[in-house]
Amino acid sequence: MKFKQTMVLATCLMVPAACVDLRGGPGDDGSNTGSGSVNDPTSVAYFNQTIVDRVFFEVDQSTLNPTAIGTLDAQSNWLLQNTAYAVTIEGHADEQGTREYNIALGARRANAVRDYLVSKGIAASRIDIVTYGKERPIAICSEEICYARNRRAVTLVTAGLGFQGIKGKGQM
Amino acid sequence: MPRQLIIACLLAFGASMTHAQSGPLRIEITEGVIEPVPVAIPRFIAETAAADTLAGQLTELVTADLVNSGLFRAIPADAHIGRVTNFNAPVQYADWKVINVHALITGAVTVTDDNQMVVSFRLFDIFSQNQMEGLQFAASTRAWRRIGHKIADRIYARLTGEQGYFDSRIVYIAEEGPKDARKKRLAVMDYDGANNRYLTDSSSIVLAPRFSPNAREIIYTSYETGVPQVFLMNVDTLRRRLIDQDRNMSFAPRFSPDGQRAIMSLSDGRNSDIYSVDLATGQKTRLTRTPAIETAPGYSPDGSRIVFESDRGGGQQIYVMGANGGNAQRISRGEGRYATPVWSPRGDLIAFTKILNDRFHIGVMRTDGSGERLLTGSRLEEGPTWSPNGRVIMFFREIPGADGGPIIYSVNVTGQNLRKVPTPTFGSDPAWSNLLE
Repeated sequence: MKFKQTMVLATCLMVPAACVDLRGGPGDDGSNTGSGSVNDPTSVAYFNQTIVDRVFFEVDQSTLNPTAIGTLDAQSNWLLQNTAYAVTIEGHADEQGTREYNIALGARRANAVRDYLVSKGIAASRIDIVTYGKERPIAICSEEICYARNRRAVTLVTAGLGFQGIKGKGQM
Repeated sequence: MPRQLIIACLLAFGASMTHAQSGPLRIEITEGVIEPVPVAIPRFIAETAAADTLAGQLTELVTADLVNSGLFRAIPADAHIGRVTNFNAPVQYADWKVINVHALITGAVTVTDDNQMVVSFRLFDIFSQNQMEGLQFAASTRAWRRIGHKIADRIYARLTGEQGYFDSRIVYIAEEGPKDARKKRLAVMDYDGANNRYLTDSSSIVLAPRFSPNAREIIYTSYETGVPQVFLMNVDTLRRRLIDQDRNMSFAPRFSPDGQRAIMSLSDGRNSDIYSVDLATGQKTRLTRTPAIETAPGYSPDGSRIVFESDRGGGQQIYVMGANGGNAQRISRGEGRYATPVWSPRGDLIAFTKILNDRFHIGVMRTDGSGERLLTGSRLEEGPTWSPNGRVIMFFREIPGADGGPIIYSVNVTGQNLRKVPTPTFGSDPAWSNLLE
C-alpha cells in the first residue's frame, strides 16, 4: 500500500520528534481513504498531522494522561465539525507482556479512547474499535524508547461507514 | 490424519524369560536430577532389500525420541560388542552387560511390493535377562515416522510405567519477515519438528491455535474479519468457520476435554470476560463478570474446573473456578505477575508464565498454588503447553531486538533438558496435541 508509506513519511516530516524508529506499520493505516491536503482542515491528512492521531499509555495502563486528553479534545472537536467521518480506534501494547493479555489490554486502551470521545459528544455509532495487542509494533527495538511508542491508541479517520469492525455501543 | 496408517496387529513375541529377576528395569520420573539410562539400539534388521533405508531411518528416529526425552542415553554402535544379525536369535546378555547397557532394543523391518511394511521390535532388560516387550506394527511405508514414534512410545511406557508422548503433533504460529510487518501462518508439525505443514497463508494475523482432543480440529484467533475473532478449522480439509456470530472480539480459545465446547475471552466492546461456547449450537455462557481483564482460560482434564488469569486484584494473577463460573479462587501467591495458566493432562500441576523484575519465566505449581517451581527464564518467554503425558512443556522464547523473533523450546517438567524445537521459520504459540489415535 503505497498510500500508507506516504502518509507515515509525511507525518515524520512534519513532526520529526515523534518519529523515532517510527515505521509505517500496517496496523496504522487501516482503511484510511481520502487523504486530502494537509492545508485543508477538513482533510484526513490534517487530522493525522495537525490534530495528532494517537495517544500513548504507561505500562499495563489504559488511563489517559493530560497529554492524551489534550489530543483527544482536539480529535473530538475536529470530529464534531467534520461529521461525515467515522473513526476506528486501534489499541496496541508493547511486547513486554503475554500475547493474550496484550490483546485484552489493547481493547481496554481503545475503549478508554472511545469512552472519552463519546463523553465529548461524538456519537458512539461513529466509532469502531479493534485491538492489535502487540501484533503491530511501529517501533521495533527491545528498549523502553520503542515500547513507549508502541503503547498507543490510534484514531483512524475513515470516510464514514464501510468498516467491518465492531460498533461501539456505549453500553454493554 | 493419515488413513493409510493401519496398525494391523500387536503380537507378543514369545513368553517372557523366566530367569530370576533382581528388580526389573524401571525408570522413576521424579523431580530430582535424572541420570539418563544407558540403552543400546543396534540398527534394525532389514528383512528385505527394500527395507534397508527404512530400517536405518526407524533406528535413528526411535533413538532420537528416547534420547531427546532426557531419560535415556544411547551407547554408540561402535562401542557395541554384541552384533544383532538375526532378529529371532537369542540375546547374548553378557555382551551388553559388559558395556553397561541396561536396556537393549532390537528391530526388524520388512517391506512388501505394495509399499506396506511390517516393523517388529523387542525390548530387553539386560540385567534381569528378560524380554520386557515384543510388538509388531503393520502400516504403509509413508507412515514410517508415526510407527517409529509408536515404538518409542511403547518403550518409554514399558520403562517408565507412564504413557509416552512421541506420536503427537504441534500446532503453532510460523512467523516471518520484519518485526513491524511480521507475517504469521498457522502451521502443524510432528512433535519433533518433522512434517511441517502450513494451514493458512499470511494474509491475516493468526494467534494462539489449540488442538481439539482428537487433534482433527484447531481453534484459533484470526483477524480475517478485521478484528480478532475465534475460528474453528478442520486440519484435513482446512474448512473453517467463525465461532461467535455476534461480531464480538474473541480470543484465547481452548477446547473442553470432551471437545463439545470451547472456552475463550470475549470483548463485547467494553471489557474482556470468559465465556464458554457450545460448538454445535453456538450458544454462549458467560462465566466471569468483572471490569478486569480475564483471559487465557483452560479446563482441568476432567472438565470440572477452569483456570484463567485476571487482573481483578491489580496485576495478572491465576484463578480457578468451577466449569459453570462463579466463586473464583486466586491460586498464584508469589511475587510478580502470573499469566497463561495451563492445566497438566495428569491433573496434578498448572504451568504458567511468570513476570518478575522484567524477566519472564515458565513455571509449574500445584493446582492449589503451592509448590511453585520455575523451570526456565529469559528476557521474554511465555505460552507453556503440556506434552500428552504431562512430563514435558513446550513454550516460546523471543530473541530481543529489531531482528529478533520467537523460537519454540521444550523443557522437562523437572527443569532439565531444555531444547530448541526445529521449525523452518520463527515459531510461537505452540500447542501440543493428545497422543494421536
